[in-house]
This record gives sequence, C-alpha cells and structure tokens, in this order.
Amino acid sequence: MNFRTISALVMRYFFLYTRSPMRLVELIFWPVVDLVVWGNVTVFIQRNTNAQFGSFILFMLGAMILWDVMFRAQQGVAISFLEDVWTRNLLNVFVAPVRTAEYLSATFVVGLLRIAVTGLVLCLISWFGYSYNIFSLGWWLIPFFLSLMVFGWSLGMISTALILRWGQAAESLAWAVPFFLQPVVAAFYPVKDMPAWSQPLAWCFPATHVFEGMREVMKTGAMDWTALVWAFVLNIVYLALAGWLFVWILNLTRKRGLLTKFATQ
Amino acid sequence: MSETDQREVVLESRELTREFDGVKALDAFSFKLHRGEILGLLGANGAGKTTAMNCLLGLTLPTSGRIFAFGKSLQDHKIEILQKSNFSSAYVSLPGNLKVWQNLLVFAHIYGVRDPKKKIADLLEMLEVTDLRERVTGQLSAGESTRVNLCKAFLNDPELLMLDEPTASLDPDIADKVRKVVRRRQREHHCSILYTSHNMRDIEEVCDRVIFLHKGKIVCEGRPADIIARSSGSSLEDVFIKIARDGEIVDPP
Repeated sequence: MNFRTISALVMRYFFLYTRSPMRLVELIFWPVVDLVVWGNVTVFIQRNTNAQFGSFILFMLGAMILWDVMFRAQQGVAISFLEDVWTRNLLNVFVAPVRTAEYLSATFVVGLLRIAVTGLVLCLISWFGYSYNIFSLGWWLIPFFLSLMVFGWSLGMISTALILRWGQAAESLAWAVPFFLQPVVAAFYPVKDMPAWSQPLAWCFPATHVFEGMREVMKTGAMDWTALVWAFVLNIVYLALAGWLFVWILNLTRKRGLLTKFATQ
Repeated sequence: MSETDQREVVLESRELTREFDGVKALDAFSFKLHRGEILGLLGANGAGKTTAMNCLLGLTLPTSGRIFAFGKSLQDHKIEILQKSNFSSAYVSLPGNLKVWQNLLVFAHIYGVRDPKKKIADLLEMLEVTDLRERVTGQLSAGESTRVNLCKAFLNDPELLMLDEPTASLDPDIADKVRKVVRRRQREHHCSILYTSHNMRDIEEVCDRVIFLHKGKIVCEGRPADIIARSSGSSLEDVFIKIARDGEIVDPP
C-alpha cells in the first residue's frame, strides 16, 4: 500500500467537495432534515408519555446520529466510486498505478471525513435544539462509531461491487443498500420487540449489537462487553467478505470486458 | 533482422486472443513495440484495436495469451509497469468539475512526480495551454481537453505511452500541434508509443511502423511507405479502405 497514492485520491475528493457547494448541501441538508423530524417526534412523545419513558425515548436521537455514521461511511465508498463513473474518470484511475486496496482505502478516508462533517453538525443541532448530548454515551461512543463506520465501509464495498456488476442502471443501490438493512438492524427499536422470526437475523449484523448497546448504556449506564466483541468479530467477517466480493466482481468485469464499457458509458 | 528489431522490446503480446460471446475480437495477436518506436495500430471500427489497447492496459483480461512490458508479465507486475506507462484517449476525460491544475496535481501525486507544480507548468507551456491552468476541465473545448489529457499522459515521463485517437475531433491546426508534440516527446525521451488513429495523415506523419488489424487478426505490418509500396493503393488511406472492405492489401488477381 502506498500512502502517497491514497492521499492523492483523497485530495481529488477534497477538491471535488470544495469546488461543488451542492455536495456540501447533500452532506449536511438531508441529515439535518432527518434529525429535525426525529427530534420533533421525540419531543412530541416525551410530552405525551410518562417521565421515565420520556427520558428514555431520547435514544431515538442517538440512534439517528449513529445510523448516519454508518450511512455516511457507506456513502463515502459508494459515492466516491460513482463520482469517478459520473466524471468518466474511472479508466484514468484504473490505468494509473493504483492498487485496489489503495483505491478502497481512499474511499474509506472519504467516508471518515464525511462522518466528521455530518456528525459534528448533527451533534451540535441535537445539543442546542433538543438538549441531547451524544457524548453522554461516554467512552462507549468510540467503539460505537468505529464499529458502525467499519460496517458502513463493508456496505459501501458491497454497493460498489453490485454497481460494477450491473452498471449505471444499478447506481441507486449506492443509496438503497443501507436501507435494505434498516428494518433488521434494530436502529430505532429493540430486537426483543421485533417479530420473532427476524430476531436471529438481526443478531447477524454488527450494527444491531451497537444499537442495542447504545440503548443499554442510555438506560443503565453500562453495557455488556460481549455485544461489542460480537460487533467487532462480525465487522471483520463483513469487511473480509465485502472486500473479496469487490475484488471478485472487479476481476469478473475485466474478464468479461465490462469495465471499459461501464467506464465510458 | 532490421535495425528496429535490435532495439529493446518495451511492450510485447504473445498470441493474445480475446473472445466475446464466442466471437474473437482479437485472434492470436502478437507484436513487439521497441524502445523509442512509435507504432500505429490501425483498422476499421470493430477490427480489434480498442480491445487490444484495453488488454494491453490491463482493463480487459485476455481469453488467452500473454502480455509483457519491460520484460515483465503484465499480470504479475501490473503496478510496476503502470508506474512507467501512461495513457490518453479522446474518449476518456479528466473529471470535468475540477480545475485543470487540480486534475493534473492529483495525477502528479499518484505517479509520484517530483516537484509537481513545476512539472505541470512546464507541460502546460509545452502544449501551449498555460492559460487553461485555472479553467474548469469540463468547460474546455475538444482541442483544449486533448492537450490537457496529453499533459496528464506526460506527467510521469512515461517510457511507454498509449495514445488512443489523440487527434480525434481536432481541427487541422491543433492536430498538427499534437502530432509535433508526440514526435518531440518520442525524440527527447526515447519513449515508446502505441498510437491508434483513423486519421491516416496522423499515422504517416507520426508512426515509424504500423500494424493493420482486420477481424482481430494482423493483416499486415511494416513501415507506412513499405506497406503502400506492397499494396495496390497509392496512399495509406487506400490501404486502410482496402483492408476494411476486403481484409487484404492487394487486389485479388
């Protein structure tokens, strides 16, 4: 891995974002809309339920922010790839001395930067608008963030692999893939309240362990370490599988001659 | 053995075959590109030029056959080979939403160019596009865009350069400038260039040697003047048309 190559690719995305204010709007506008809607719903529920549940319902805002961590990390990978497709730059990158791992690493860094920007804005709005401090989760916040970010990278690689396989017609998958999982990762409700058949499925995703952990920390101030260990073990599995899928499909597109067709469409 | 044959082989394909759905786009294509040589790859649409170029760049994997660059297998030493190579195509653009200098700076860093700012300034000056430095790439004309693409292709002083129709859709003045720049780079840097074009004037002026492809196979190869002499036509364009229509360079008896 060459860090110079990774930093060059990250620099490209930096230029892209600073040159296109509309991209910054996309980075901030939709998360803020989401937060305000969820924030208002939370306030409404708080005012119409008992005090104990009212204080607990704040987890909705935490879940919203943490969901966005995962979503932005996934977008960092998938949208960075699509930027190369949209600007017909993919071939320039693939005929340059750029290893697949370097290309993916650059998109991971972009994901991290996207999280930093969006996360900061959301934390500030939730603090000033709804008196919710995400940092009340304490040091648990760090493994929560890391775990969701890594899972977001995995989902990003899977989305990108699927787009590579099916071409630009499938590019809406860049946004859709995380939402395929949203119903089963228990972001906004506990696993125990999900239909019984879907509960074993829910535990197969690292994000579920994080969201359950977040609720536990908010409720009791402590959490079971094994949940975090599960999240990290599952993350390693998903990262390896997603990386393998991406490389396999990239080679498949080269074998079938689809890469050049796709890149010059 | 000719003088050309004695030079170091920079790029070579051996029995390269590429099939798409059972149809051979490239059929046992073998060739050598020597140090400091400009080799034209010619043929009508669908003859196999683009497939060959894509295989040689590692973008498409061949069905069978091997590719070697600088004496090393492309499959096993791809990054090392790409570090010493570059590519420009009339059909591949740099990101249109970045400024020219931003695009060039990114690629300069990818190729590990020393003193990238000076290098970019020198190349922009050489291609007479210094005034485009601050322009948004997507707003350039075809001629400007081609020259900026060439700047990108020259950034790492490549030993091997692949140019896919570099003068497509250019006016005669700009096309002439591009041809002269390509020749100059080859002279000054002893760069080996694989060059595709449908413009036979380009080929006669720029290429030392040409290969004509027809239905994925090499129909003839040699110096442009020798090929014309061997054919029943009076120009390379006549040869091109003859091959495109009949698949051979002389009229049947």
